[in-house]
Amino acid sequence: MMRIAEALEAFSPHRGDAIVVPGRGGRYWVERTARPELDVPLGDPAMGGHAGFALGLALAHPERRLVLFDSEGDILMSLGILATIAEQAPANFYHFLLDNEVYATTGGQPVPNAKNIAYDKLALAAGYPRAHAFDDIADFARELPAILGRPGPVFVALKVFPEIENAPIGQRRRWNTRSRDQVLADLRGALGGTAP
Amino acid sequence: MSEVSGVALSPETVLAQMKQNGVTDVVWLPDSETNWLYLLMKAEPSLRLVGVNREGHACSIAAGLAAGGRKPLILIQNTGMMESGDSIRGWLLGLNVPVVMMVGYRGWTRHGLTTDTAATYTERFLMAFGLNYYLVESDADAPRITAAFEEAARTKRPVVVLVGDEYHGFNR
Repeated sequence: MMRIAEALEAFSPHRGDAIVVPGRGGRYWVERTARPELDVPLGDPAMGGHAGFALGLALAHPERRLVLFDSEGDILMSLGILATIAEQAPANFYHFLLDNEVYATTGGQPVPNAKNIAYDKLALAAGYPRAHAFDDIADFARELPAILGRPGPVFVALKVFPEIENAPIGQRRRWNTRSRDQVLADLRGALGGTAP
Repeated sequence: MSEVSGVALSPETVLAQMKQNGVTDVVWLPDSETNWLYLLMKAEPSLRLVGVNREGHACSIAAGLAAGGRKPLILIQNTGMMESGDSIRGWLLGLNVPVVMMVGYRGWTRHGLTTDTAATYTERFLMAFGLNYYLVESDADAPRITAAFEEAARTKRPVVVLVGDEYHGFNR
């Protein structure tokens, strides 16, 4: 297994001008990003939707790489989205999965059948042309440039240590310094667009 | 609902409304009303069709498209809209997405003697979420679709068009 922060550190030098949807990795990513205007840290608008949101952004901006850090709890809630992504087949879509095998933000309760699900194989079965799985940070860091160097869509499952939060939600540190409206406004500004 | 097909809501009218209002992407899941419309949309080069297999996905995808500057339309049935409650809350209302949701009104009878619970709860659901909606039943109602687009843009909220014409215009 690897720490989420390690995985994001490994990715960071290869980010370029990609749009990053950090999903549940957001609280680690905001401390490492060099291009916050191209980040879309939304927290958790509604569980299960990060992949759909990222797909929409990828389709809207095919000229840029879109990097998503999804979670296994989210994707299990919306497995059907894999088929939609595979059908649309955006070449700019890089789908990373942070799999810690638990519902970390609610106290670490187990995800159903967590140790026996092969998410990379699920993605391939849904029609992704390429998928990988890593549980060692050195292997991931070594292969990452090649993964990002080829067209998407690609799915990359990462086994990460659970970093469990048990404090009541109202007492947790607020890691996102921008409101969702500001995040989206900054993104549109960076992409040269206007509010719809 | 008219029994005369000539005054039903035709798929050509719906497509014309999409084009008139600048829709770029239709995020949709088929229902019993939309097959003829699907054929027309598929033949329309200005539209991208994004098919989903669960309606909640349409909300997050539409939110991403809108964040990227596109103008999506969500096309689903009332049953799926109700399934999508949390996605409507979080992705559409939560991110202030100005999107029109065209929702097939399964069970709509017009006279109030509703036997299909899909219809029973549709408007109650919309009112619970505070979603404004317009009912369209025939081509004469088409301006209400444009009104929905205008309202969505003005309020930066999702607005619903209930399509109360099952088994008429769309399935001719």
